[in-house]
Amino acid sequence: MNLFSRLVRRDLARAFAHGGAWLPLVFYLLVATLFPFAIGPDAALLAKVGGGALWTAALLAALLPVERLVRPDIASGVMDQLAIRGQSDEAVAAAKLTAHWLSFGPLLMAATLPAAALLNLDGATLTRLEIGLLLGTPGLAALGLAVAALTASLRGAGALIGLVMLPLAVPLLIFGASPAEGALKLLAATSLLFVAGAPFVAGAALRAGRS
Amino acid sequence: MTRLALEQVACFRGGRLLFEDLNLGLEPGEGMLVTGANGVGKSSLLRIAAGLLAPAAGRVARDGELALAGEAAALDEDQTLFAALAFWGQLDGRDDEAVALALAAMGLAQLAQVPVRLLSTGQRRRATLARVIASGAGIWLLDEPASGLDAASMNELAAAMAGHLAAGGVILAASHQPLGLDMREFAL
Repeated sequence: MNLFSRLVRRDLARAFAHGGAWLPLVFYLLVATLFPFAIGPDAALLAKVGGGALWTAALLAALLPVERLVRPDIASGVMDQLAIRGQSDEAVAAAKLTAHWLSFGPLLMAATLPAAALLNLDGATLTRLEIGLLLGTPGLAALGLAVAALTASLRGAGALIGLVMLPLAVPLLIFGASPAEGALKLLAATSLLFVAGAPFVAGAALRAGRS
Repeated sequence: MTRLALEQVACFRGGRLLFEDLNLGLEPGEGMLVTGANGVGKSSLLRIAAGLLAPAAGRVARDGELALAGEAAALDEDQTLFAALAFWGQLDGRDDEAVALALAAMGLAQLAQVPVRLLSTGQRRRATLARVIASGAGIWLLDEPASGLDAASMNELAAAMAGHLAAGGVILAASHQPLGLDMREFAL
């Protein structure tokens, strides 16, 4: 087993160790439950706004694990030990990105099934939502990792994480929730850009944080 | 051949020049104890030697694999001591036996199945040293290796260091207390 898969496995085990990885899932389902209470029992209206509501919920749920992505590993010396072994910060960041997506992306997609039922979404909307989440959650994970690395050395970064990450996630939200033709392609493109760029941003941030 | 050399190294931290024009060279089988008051730059020197910190001037030449026992243990709190050490052992291409031997060398064999979060300060320190021993690296960088150790553990540490030097390894240790081993001293 090579370094990449070892790191992914370690990060995944850590994400699920404290039940922390279930938090975004529970949060997402909770929002899907609260929304009909707030809007009222108008099935047609719920079906109309449900997709957008779930995308907003997914975005906020993706914020939850960000704080413990990078900072604990810097504090415990794990990042230093990886650097000493000649591992590039970009490779470590790419492994972290993969593990982070695996810990919340598939779970959110699974949770979308009961959430769609709660919001009275029809089959076509649900399919579109699932495809959108499949394309968009890697981008959310990439943003989360980059922001986690950038804010890792700051005190009280918890609140800052949301402020930095949410505006950057707006393109994902727009293209993900839009029913327009071609929106999914733009969503995929945005997501790809984030996934391709995040390891380099996070790697540079990790390096800068050491000095 | 394992070697470590620092040439005309300067360290600039937080707007302060900690040291400059620092030269030291370690040949196979040589150890060096860096002494000095708190805050004089002992840890920074080790981090520069490890390549974690870029020196403000000068250069560092390393010949061999590195192992660093820093301030933090770098062991996953939820894992058992053995599993946490084995993670690094596997990254270093070492088998479980090497990890078990390192645990025994630091008197931790009986704690192998205890989660890392339950270890005391001294045990944590010993676990950090066991990680270095298990790595099989030629160059050991030890930052305050003796802090929090009891007399018996001090002896185990000294024995492990002596064994490493006898095998042609290199040790650069920073400590404000003697390590019970005859090494060159370098006052920072």
